[in-house]
Amino acid sequence: MQRENENESEAGNPLNRRLRILAVALAAAGMLGGCATSGNPKDPIEGFNRAMFAFNEGLDTVVIKPVSSAYDYVLPSPVKTGVANFFANIGDVFIAVNNLLQGKVPEAASDAGRFLVNTTIGLLGVLDVASDMGLEKHSEDFGQTFGRWGVGSGAYVVVPFFGPRTVRDTVGLILDVKTDPVGYVDHIPTRNTLYALRVVSDRAAMLPADKVIEEAALDKYSYIRDGYLQRRRNLIHDGNPPREQDAALEEDRKVAAGETMRPAGPLAAAR
Amino acid sequence: MKWLFAGLAALCISIGAGAQEALAPDVLVRNVTSEVLDIVRKDKDIQSGSTRKAIDLVEAKVLPHFNFARMTQLAVARDWRQASPTQQKALTDEFRTLLVRTYSKALTEYRNQTIDFKPLKAQPADTDVRVRTEIKQSGAKAIELDYSLEKTAAGWKVYDIEVAGVSLVTNYRTSFANEVRDGGIDGLIKTLQAKNQSGEKK
Repeated sequence: MQRENENESEAGNPLNRRLRILAVALAAAGMLGGCATSGNPKDPIEGFNRAMFAFNEGLDTVVIKPVSSAYDYVLPSPVKTGVANFFANIGDVFIAVNNLLQGKVPEAASDAGRFLVNTTIGLLGVLDVASDMGLEKHSEDFGQTFGRWGVGSGAYVVVPFFGPRTVRDTVGLILDVKTDPVGYVDHIPTRNTLYALRVVSDRAAMLPADKVIEEAALDKYSYIRDGYLQRRRNLIHDGNPPREQDAALEEDRKVAAGETMRPAGPLAAAR
Repeated sequence: MKWLFAGLAALCISIGAGAQEALAPDVLVRNVTSEVLDIVRKDKDIQSGSTRKAIDLVEAKVLPHFNFARMTQLAVARDWRQASPTQQKALTDEFRTLLVRTYSKALTEYRNQTIDFKPLKAQPADTDVRVRTEIKQSGAKAIELDYSLEKTAAGWKVYDIEVAGVSLVTNYRTSFANEVRDGGIDGLIKTLQAKNQSGEKK
């Protein structure tokens, strides 16, 4: 009896189903990796990834973006801010845990402080009082924690529904989902409403960035991929990635500018 | 009297230019940002998405402080050396247009967010610095917006912008390299031209 109930709730939870799809997709990606060829060492399964990217984009165009645009259009700003803050507050618990796992105790304490202040004075997180008090919002997840521990990122993977990840971040994602406080809400309709609302709220916040990316990208797939990889590297190092990349840039510049130390004007460079 | 006038005018111009050069990089970034955002806040056309007007604003106020030749070199990277001077100029022109369009688009999405300027960590003798700023947003971690500047004879010039750790310049490296691999330097120039023209039509 007990067992049956467990199985039932597993099957009834859309996220568990998603994780199963995810596992299947990853296995498929692994197999494809053997045959697909791509020039980019960071993206060995580019063929598979492009297909998944197209799938996610299609889903976004047909469902998620229209709903999020309507949400963005209809609701007044303070309400949208309140919703975003509410979910951000739930996230702070989990960010505190990850900061702790990375040995960043002062940050973890600050995150816990944020959660306490915002849950009480901030009316269940709707108001972000903690930021006004100078407790800065952080961004952490299990993928970053693994990165901090020295786990390499592995290949780039576009995960169905969730979007850009690396192999490491996909494993992180599974833990992120498993430990997500919203997943522990027992009342299933409430839980699903919260999931949906969070997706819409997050997507609505991304709407402005959308237009800028459309304007900037020659090829949206690779623009987002390269941006994601740069962004993750930056996050893992908390905004201060090692300067090795800069050294390579500097080298290129010197070569390109003909080994000059003098600043090159637009014309000098073209010569 | 006329010569005196001309002399005074010339003096004013040179003082003006001198003052511009003397501006510390963080002060420069702060001044330009505040000036541009003040205009955007008052301009209903830009707020409602007029990219054309935003482009005019960027060209007048922001562009003079950017070193597009260096930005293009950084984005094209190793392939830059195999480009002829004419090709290099074409690449720089097209990349400039693309970056200005992108930057202008971002301005039309600006909605009164507060920008924090971080204290500059640099020595007086440094010729290459990073000015860090942050865009505050509710319900999420602030977005870092960092400007890399180098000192030139004409004052400090921006050669890279990083949004949340993503360089708007080097993010193009892989796709540029692929274009060059498939169609040579001219292929890349053509792709950039096509991209800019399609942006123009919208």
